[in-house]
Amino acid sequence: MQQSRLKRVLILLAGWCVALLLFFPILWMVLTSFKTEIAAISTPPLLFFRPTLSAYAAVQAQSNYLHFALNSIVISVGGTVVALLLSIPAAYAMAFHPTRRTRGTLLWMLSTKMLPPVGVLVPIYLLFKTSGLLDTRIGLLGIYALMNLPITVWMLFTFFREMPHDILEAGRMDGAGTWGEVWHLLLPLTMPGVASTGLLSLILCWNEAFWSLNVTSVNAAPLTAFIASFSSPEGLFFAKLSAASTMAVAPILVFGWFSQRQLVRGLTFGAVK
Amino acid sequence: MATLSLRGVRKSYLAGTETIKGIDLDVADREFVVFVGPSGCGKSTLLRMIAGLEDITAGDLLIDGTRVNDVDPASRGLAMVFQSYALYPHMTVADNMGFALKLAGRPKAERDAKVAEAARILQLEPVLTQRPRSLSGGQRQRVAIGRAIVRQPRVFLFDEPLSNLDAALRGQMRVELLRLHEELAATMIYVTHDQVEAMTMADKIVVLHAGRVEQVGSPMELYNHPANLFVAGFIGSPRMNLLPGTVGAAAPGGTVPVTLAGGVTVSVRPAQVLAPGSSVTLGIRPEALRQAADGPFSGAALLVERLGGMTLVHVTLESGETLVAQADGNDPIRAHDVIRLAVDPSVCHLFAANGLVLSQAEPPQAKPGDLHDLDAMPSLARA
Ligand SMILES: Nc1ncnc2c1ncn2[C@@H]1O[C@H](COP(=O)(O)OP(=O)(O)OP(=O)(O)O)[C@@H](O)[C@H]1O
Ligand SMILES: [Mg+2]
Repeated sequence: MQQSRLKRVLILLAGWCVALLLFFPILWMVLTSFKTEIAAISTPPLLFFRPTLSAYAAVQAQSNYLHFALNSIVISVGGTVVALLLSIPAAYAMAFHPTRRTRGTLLWMLSTKMLPPVGVLVPIYLLFKTSGLLDTRIGLLGIYALMNLPITVWMLFTFFREMPHDILEAGRMDGAGTWGEVWHLLLPLTMPGVASTGLLSLILCWNEAFWSLNVTSVNAAPLTAFIASFSSPEGLFFAKLSAASTMAVAPILVFGWFSQRQLVRGLTFGAVK
Repeated sequence: MATLSLRGVRKSYLAGTETIKGIDLDVADREFVVFVGPSGCGKSTLLRMIAGLEDITAGDLLIDGTRVNDVDPASRGLAMVFQSYALYPHMTVADNMGFALKLAGRPKAERDAKVAEAARILQLEPVLTQRPRSLSGGQRQRVAIGRAIVRQPRVFLFDEPLSNLDAALRGQMRVELLRLHEELAATMIYVTHDQVEAMTMADKIVVLHAGRVEQVGSPMELYNHPANLFVAGFIGSPRMNLLPGTVGAAAPGGTVPVTLAGGVTVSVRPAQVLAPGSSVTLGIRPEALRQAADGPFSGAALLVERLGGMTLVHVTLESGETLVAQADGNDPIRAHDVIRLAVDPSVCHLFAANGLVLSQAEPPQAKPGDLHDLDAMPSLARA
C-alpha cells in the first residue's frame, strides 16, 4: 500500500519532468516573445520582466501575418483534403480486396518516407520551374498531399481493416454500390479514424518547412516561411523571431488542444483493445 | 414465384484447390431448403456464391431459369441474413430496415409503410427508433430478418442465423422463422451445422461434406434412408451406432450373417449378393436397440443420460465398442448395470466398405409407406 503510493508519486513526478522538458522550449519561446530585444538576449536569462507587445508590433509592421496564415490554412487544408480523397479509395481497396501484393505495396509506400526529401529537391524544383508551379499555392498543396499520402493510406488501412466485412456485404446485398458502401457505411463507421488521420495530416502540413522554404518565396509562402524570414541577414532578433514563431504555431496549438481527444483516440485505435 | 438451380457449380479460392467440387441442386418455389454439414465443408461459400458475394468459378446459377452468375448481388433479388446480423450500427432500426429501399430511391411513404409492416410481423414496433447497440440478441436477429423482409426478395438466404443466440431463444426463433416462411410463402435457403435445426425446419435437407453433396432429401428420408455412412452418422441425434463387421456365407432363405467384432452375428437380407469375407458397416439407430434377456449384445452401462421423456444408455460392449441405446424415460437402469440388447435386423442399415449403403430386401410382412412405425420399417435405400 505504502509502496504503491510512493511508486505512483514517482511516476507522476517523472511524467511532469518529461512534460516540462518537452514543453519548456515552447514556454521559453512564448516568454521571449513578450520581451524587448535587449531583455531577450540578456545573460543570465530573465525569468521575470515587464511584458511588452513591442516584438509583435514590430513583426506585424515588417510583414503581413494574415497573408501567410491564409496560405498556411489553404495549403494545409487543401493538401489534407486531396490526401484523404486519394487515400480513402486506396485504403478501401487494400483493406477489403487485398491481393498477394498488398503488403508489399504498403511497405513500398512507407519506404518512400525514408528517403530524405532533399534527395528529390533538384528534380522537383526543376519540374516546378518549367511548369510554372514555383511559389504557387497549388504547387505546395500538391507536394503536401503526396508527401502525406503514405501515412494517410497506412492509417486509414489499419482503421478500415477493423471494420467487419459483413456490414459492407450486407450493404452490397442492399444495393449499395462501391461508392455507396464507402459513403453510407465505411466512412460513418470509421469516422474517428478518418478524422484523426486528417488531423495528423493537417498538423504535418502546417509544420512542414523544407518544401515551403524551397519552392515558395512570397505569394504562396506559409507560416513556416514567415518564421524563417525573421532569422534575417541583419542578425538575430530573438524577441521578434519568438513573436513570429508564437503567432505561427498558435493556431495549430489551439486546434490540437481541442482535437487532442480525437487524436489520441485515433492514434491508439487498434493498439489498445 | 422463385426457383433456383445450381448446375455443376464449383469454387476455387486458390488455384488448384477446390472448396466446392461440383454441385447440382434444384430449389423449388416456396421450399425451405437447409444446407447442413460439418464446419469447413463449404456451406457458407455456397450460400455466398448464390448471394453474389463470391464469384462462381465454374458452373451456372439460375434464378427463375435465368443465368445470374454475372448479375450483381442486389439485382439478383435475394436477401441475406448474416450470422453476425451485420446491422448498420449507426442507423436506427427503422433506417436499417429501410436502407435498401432508400438506396433504390423509393418514396418515403412507401418505405415507411414497408418498414412498419415488417416491424409488425416481427414485433419490432417499440424499438424502431433505437440503434442496434441497445437491442437484445433476439431483437437484433429480428431486425436482420426485417431488413430482408422489407426488400421482398425472391429468395431468403440465412447463414447460421441462430448460432449466436442462447438455446431457449434459438428454439423460439426456429418456430418464428417457420411461421414467417408460412406467412411470406417465400423460398428460403438456410445454412446450419446443427442437424437438429436442419431436421426440424427443412422441407429439404442438403447434406454437404468437403464441398460435395452427400445426399438431398426430406428430413425423414435422410433419417430413414441415409445413402452413405457420412449421412448416417451426421443426421440423427443421438448418432446412429456404426459397427464394423464381416460378411459370412449366405444362409438359405436369403439372409446373410454379418459378424461384428466380439463375435456377435446379425443376419441381414441384402438386396444384392455380398461376397463372403467382405467388410461392411452395420448401422443401428439408438431407438432400434431394445433391452432383451436373450439379446446378442451385452455390456455394462457406462453412462445413463436421463432426458425425461427418454433415457439414453451408453453401453460398453464386451468387444470394447460403445453403443448408445434409447430406453424409456422411466427405465430403472443405472450406470454399471450389465444389460443385454437386441435389434431387429430388418431396421439395421448396411454400408459397404466404400461407405455407400447396401439396401436390404423387404421382408414379406413389411408395410411399405408407413414412415412413422420404425420398428416395422425395413431399411430401404435409394442410392
Ligand atoms: N475467402 C477465402 N479465401 C480462401 N479460403 C476460404 C475463404 N473463405 C473460405 N475459405 C475456405 O473454404 C472452406 C469452406 O469454408 P466455408 O466458410 O464455406 O465453410 P462452412 O461450411 O461455412 O463452415 P462453418 O460451419 O465453420 O461456417 C474452408 O476450408 C475455408 O478455409
Ligand atoms: Mg459458415
